[in-house]
Amino acid sequence: MTLHDTTLDQPLLRVTDLTKRYGDRIGCADVSFDLWPGEVLGIVGESGSGKSTLLGCLAGHLATDEGSIQYKGRDTLAMTEPERRLLSRTEWAFVHQNPRDGLRLGVSAGGNVGERLMAVGARNYADIRETATDWLGRVEIAAERIDDRPRQFSGGMQQRLQIARNLVTSPKLVFMDEPTGGLDVSVQARLLDLLRGLVRDMGLSVVIVTHDLAVARLLADRLMVMKDGHVIEHGLTDQVLDDPQAAYTQLLVSSVLQV
Amino acid sequence: MTDQAYNFAYLDEATKRMIRRALLKGLAIPGYQVPFASREMPMPYGWGTGGVQVTAACLTPEDTLKVIDQGADDTTNAVSIRKFFERTAEVATSENTSEATIIQTRHRIPEVPLCEGQILVYQVPIPEPLRFLEPRESETRKMHALSEYGLMHVKLYEDIARHGAIATAYAYPVKVEGHYVMDPSPIPKFDNPKLSDNAAIQLFGAGREQRIYALPPYTQVVSLDFEDHPFEPSKADHACDLCGAETSYLDEVITDDQGSRMFVCSDTNYCTTRQDAGHMGRLNQGEPA
Repeated sequence: MTLHDTTLDQPLLRVTDLTKRYGDRIGCADVSFDLWPGEVLGIVGESGSGKSTLLGCLAGHLATDEGSIQYKGRDTLAMTEPERRLLSRTEWAFVHQNPRDGLRLGVSAGGNVGERLMAVGARNYADIRETATDWLGRVEIAAERIDDRPRQFSGGMQQRLQIARNLVTSPKLVFMDEPTGGLDVSVQARLLDLLRGLVRDMGLSVVIVTHDLAVARLLADRLMVMKDGHVIEHGLTDQVLDDPQAAYTQLLVSSVLQV
Repeated sequence: MTDQAYNFAYLDEATKRMIRRALLKGLAIPGYQVPFASREMPMPYGWGTGGVQVTAACLTPEDTLKVIDQGADDTTNAVSIRKFFERTAEVATSENTSEATIIQTRHRIPEVPLCEGQILVYQVPIPEPLRFLEPRESETRKMHALSEYGLMHVKLYEDIARHGAIATAYAYPVKVEGHYVMDPSPIPKFDNPKLSDNAAIQLFGAGREQRIYALPPYTQVVSLDFEDHPFEPSKADHACDLCGAETSYLDEVITDDQGSRMFVCSDTNYCTTRQDAGHMGRLNQGEPA
């Protein structure tokens, strides 16, 4: 795997003792990890285990109560809002579980892909359209559908469009929240294939939240298992899935149906 | 109740003071939407309640008021608002653009260039240019504060993708002094160039939405566009059938059931002035009316 412009002497994302509470209840507590350039970190765990809360805190969608998040050595929690918003439309991307949360349904596919370009100052219609067409091709959406609204797309196409819309500005760090949720297995498989290709080609660092261990196995280099807001196991994906140590991880791994 | 029971120009002095403060703030930050405590006016929302309040706050007994509706002095909206201020403020009124010191307008800028000392008051239905793209007010305020206007271009992109050209013909978004993107109220985009570097003070009042914004004289106002699809002011490709003017904004009027039509200046004062000066159009060859 080739490493892009980021050097290996410091992690891309360093999270230390991150805690988020909802009143008296814990969203996630004392989460620490490093994410290195080009690495894919999977976060697995059952519903309500704090996976999405953690992702929301990392991406700046939720206010963090304690701990620190450093992106390329800069504390994102201490950043001003304009800086953080700029970061989240240039170097970061967020893929929602439900494509309807991440897309503008009233705007054509081309406009959806072009929005991030225009947000960072692209003002040439022909260039924007060309880039959008190129990206639709990369996520296997036919070029003639560029002027169709996402509403007219199938669930799988919507999710692929959301991915194109997020990756068009070549981000460094992508947050994904259950990107394959709600899709049937064959569509899931194609989407995973596509994601794996894009991650490798673009050298993306990814934090991917999923409850689907197969997705984790396919995409993630390392895995974090969460339960009740805490990280209970952390290691290389194959290591965690093939030799689970924590009782909950063993339960999780053995719960998967073997077909 | 007699007319004398009202304060000068209908609104009480405390309300006018509140509106003037919003106006001053608006002038100090060109293009920024200043919230104000809009009052109920004796007319329905959508009929110019915002513009009327701004006019009331600006009027002095020495002013001469002109009111236009889509360029015309003699349509319902213009006539009613003019009468309203004749009764409540007893100010002089005029249909002549250059005589007026305050001009309240609905959806047009007069053809005759305005000069220093004049105030142009716009009636604004929806002050937020991003409204139909981003429904959350909290979010649009943030976008204005941070100048995040990529979304505005998404709208123009959609126009070109669907129609082959920027099809927005009115309420065409503009950028003021390199910062705020502003809705110029539903004036035709033909009028957009007149917003910029205008000698008059331009005030915008939205009554239902409770917003006031303003352009001080000689403010730089740029219509948004793409490099390869530049902004183009457009008008019907005809001359006025009454006065022969080729450069004024035209209304298309259907004249019978057979589809005959004529094009006339939307600015009635401009048209009659030209006719009085002897200019003639296709359907007006100088015979006595």
